[in-house]
Amino acid sequence: MLKDQDRIFKNLYNDMGADVKSAQTRGDWVNTSELIAKGRDWIINEVKDSQLRGRGGAGFPTGLKWSFAPKEVGSRPHYLVINADESEPGTCKDRDILRFEPHKLIEGCLIASYAVQAHACYIYIRGEYFIEGQKLQSAIDEAYEKNLIGKNAAGTGWDLDIYIHYGAGAYICGEETALLESIEGKKGQPRLKPPFPALIGLYGCPTIINNVETIAVVPTILRRGGKWFSSLGREKNTGTKIFCISGNVNNPCNVEEEMNIPLKELIEVHAGGVIGGWENLQAVIPGGSSMPLIPKEKCETLTMDFDSLMAEKSGLGTAGIVVINKDQDIIKCMARIARFYKHESCGQCTPCREGSGWMWRMLERMAKGEATKDEVDMLGDVTNQIAGHTICAFGEGSSWPVQGLLRHFKKEIEERNNLDPIVQKKNNIPYLVDQHLLDKKNA
Amino acid sequence: MSLRRPAKNQPETFEFSSSSLKEANKIVLKYPEGKQQSAVMALLYIAQKQNDNWIPLAAMKYIAKFLDMPYIKVYEVATFYTMYNLSPVGKYFVQVCTTTPCMIRGANKLVEACKEKISDKENELSNDKSCSWMEVECLGACVNAPMMQINDNYYEDLDKEKTIEIFDKILKGEDPKPGSYRGRLNTEPENNRKTLMDTKNA
Repeated sequence: MLKDQDRIFKNLYNDMGADVKSAQTRGDWVNTSELIAKGRDWIINEVKDSQLRGRGGAGFPTGLKWSFAPKEVGSRPHYLVINADESEPGTCKDRDILRFEPHKLIEGCLIASYAVQAHACYIYIRGEYFIEGQKLQSAIDEAYEKNLIGKNAAGTGWDLDIYIHYGAGAYICGEETALLESIEGKKGQPRLKPPFPALIGLYGCPTIINNVETIAVVPTILRRGGKWFSSLGREKNTGTKIFCISGNVNNPCNVEEEMNIPLKELIEVHAGGVIGGWENLQAVIPGGSSMPLIPKEKCETLTMDFDSLMAEKSGLGTAGIVVINKDQDIIKCMARIARFYKHESCGQCTPCREGSGWMWRMLERMAKGEATKDEVDMLGDVTNQIAGHTICAFGEGSSWPVQGLLRHFKKEIEERNNLDPIVQKKNNIPYLVDQHLLDKKNA
Repeated sequence: MSLRRPAKNQPETFEFSSSSLKEANKIVLKYPEGKQQSAVMALLYIAQKQNDNWIPLAAMKYIAKFLDMPYIKVYEVATFYTMYNLSPVGKYFVQVCTTTPCMIRGANKLVEACKEKISDKENELSNDKSCSWMEVECLGACVNAPMMQINDNYYEDLDKEKTIEIFDKILKGEDPKPGSYRGRLNTEPENNRKTLMDTKNA
């Protein structure tokens, strides 16, 4: 287990209060100006050394992303945008950062803004997190009052303004270009990439977009050194991560742990075990609903990081672990996830708009056992028609869970759905339009 | 995609009240000059708050003029995002999360409670016209499942009895206390905490 002194989010459960004073006792805002005085290149190199990968799902190296920002500010200003549109089913880590560790985020915003030369930072919070947004706003107000942000923020000589922008219930706005569209006051429909936001982003200006958790760990990385961060976890999968363990466990919880921790340890030690015992485990969704599920056999030895989950044809995603035990109907669970994606598709690309509905309806029928045998393969075919044929990654996100189900639970589906549409016996049914199908020779 | 239609009965006019106007002017300043269209989402929220939790077409027209943008663009935004109510909802607007993490912990019991206490159907006002409920997608409090949102507040770690208790309160016009209903501290593992013990005991 990770030692308590190596945990970055010491107020994850709000034992101490989220105000600036108690944040300072935890080490926030202590020597911000010294850190920034070391210069842009030092900050970016330190983040690169830490091998920090984005915590929003894709796992893109953060230092590398920052270095994509143009070196010189031209006629267009730079922007920093924080993605707090946390809507992935199974994930609720950013919520705790927003309400209990807002100063880590704000300080991270200042450092990141300096590193990418932005004077304005927008934090995009999902609309449902209204209370969390208010708490963050009061932390921002506090920071303005103490001159930690604003003109000459925290005595660094850098000017920074932070604004909150609320979303309004669209999952797709967690996609970075859809998020930019949303801030610009449009429908949240993703843009084609390239051009990448680092060059043409918000209002057509260079924009760096990071997840809340990514930005909130940066100040601690700089204070304790990139070397410290990269000593945790394993090569290319370093540092700590907040895991959200939900579903059929005895004590669902959020917990900050080292990367590469065994899944079994997370479930057994922190979440109090699976309801009904480990043997009652059916499957685990390891990284938010869009990651393919993993059956019990593999959960025994699985470790939680980007690359080891990738090797299992799944992914760490947002590290929202949903535990499903044998009391649940796995097909129904996936049908509900498919319904989520059907509801949240933005409607821009046809394969996703139509296909997400198809997947949902087919899975609903399969859960009831009303589908025919060949529809099982047809469902796999539909997922392949969606994944990779859309503007954004929503296509993959919606079809991967279904592909995961087909990969590991095909037997269950086939057992439940053994209807054969083509009548095998050579009945002569005069009113049947497809009579010729009965005759195998002509078929 | 979700299908959303504006209500049939629409008020003829809409105008920001003076406090809304003040708030709206403040929000426009958050965005760079000439990019006032960015404020449309926040302004729709203000209109929704002012107009008993729903947005009439007249408000969209008003906001379009206010921000100097085409009406259809405001309409697009209002119909795209699901948190803008296009028809009247109850003063207490209950949203029950039924996505998989909540579903496997018994969100259907919460839906049952809604049907018993509020109304048989989603988006239908209760007898006293004060409440309405609907199923929504993931609200992002999965480790506190099952949960629901009433207006701005989250009610977590629920079961059927506790949900009914909450509904009894709101039907009486009281505001029940938000947060976990099993008495646990936020998202900590209940009675099983193994981390950050110093701060817990501090």
